[in-house]
Amino acid sequence: MLGLLFGVLVPIFTRRFWPDRPRLRVGPALLGYLAIVLRDIVVANFHVAFVILARRNRDLRTHWLVIPLDVRSPEAITALAGTISLTPGTVSSDVSDDGRALLVHALDVQDPVAEVARIKARYESRLLRIFP
Amino acid sequence: MSVMQLVAEYLIAALLVLGGAFALVGSWGLAKLPSLMTRLHGSTKATTLGVGSCLIASMIYFPVFADTYSAHELLITLFLFITAPVAAHMVAKAHLHRQRRGLDGERADDIPDEVPPPAQGGWATFDGAR
Repeated sequence: MLGLLFGVLVPIFTRRFWPDRPRLRVGPALLGYLAIVLRDIVVANFHVAFVILARRNRDLRTHWLVIPLDVRSPEAITALAGTISLTPGTVSSDVSDDGRALLVHALDVQDPVAEVARIKARYESRLLRIFP
Repeated sequence: MSVMQLVAEYLIAALLVLGGAFALVGSWGLAKLPSLMTRLHGSTKATTLGVGSCLIASMIYFPVFADTYSAHELLITLFLFITAPVAAHMVAKAHLHRQRRGLDGERADDIPDEVPPPAQGGWATFDGAR
C-alpha cells in the first residue's frame, strides 16, 4: 500500500523536473487500442498454431517486411514494435537509423504489401491518435 | 459446492487446457520450424496465449476458492509483455549480425537471405554507429 502511494505521488511531485515527458492521451483511443491488440493476439495465436501444425516447412511463405513509419516519437515506435512482436506471426527485428522504417519478419503471409498496409492501418493510425 | 464454483471450475479447466495446448504447440514449433527467425515466432506464441490463459485461470481460482485476491498475475502479464519483445528483438539483431558476417553455417536455413533496405539510410543494427 505504501509502495502504491509513493508510486503515484512521487511522479506527481517531480513532474516539473521532467520537461520531455512523453505525452500520452489516456482515453477511449488507448482502451480501444488495447482491446484490439488483445483480440489480435488471440486470433493470431490460432493462425500460427495452424501454420505450425498443418503447414510443411517448405511451403512457409516467410517475408521480411519494411514498414515505413508515420509515428515519430520513440515511445510510439517502441509501442508499435512491441505490438508487432507480441502478435504471433510477426517479429519486429530492427529500426532504420533515421527512425523512419521498421524491419519486421513475418512467418506466413500471402501478400507482403497488403500485410504492411494492414499493420499501418490497424495499429499505427491508432497510435498516432494516442501519442500526439 | 455452489453453481458459481462449478462454473468457475469448468472455466479454469478449459483455460488450463487451452494454455497447455498453446505452450505445447509453441514448443513443437521450436522443434519443427526451419530457421532461427521462424523459430522466434514459436516462442512468442507460447508466452502470449500459453502463459496468458494460465494466469487468467489463476486469477479466477483464487477469489472463488481461496477467498484471496492478488494482483500478482497482472504484474506477471505486464512484465512478460514488456520483456518478450525486447528479448526477441535482441535475438533477431544478433542473428542479423551473424548472417551478414557469414557466421551461420546453414545458409539454406533462412529462406530470404538478404534483408531488404529501408527507403533511405540503413538499418540501425548495421549503420547506426555513424
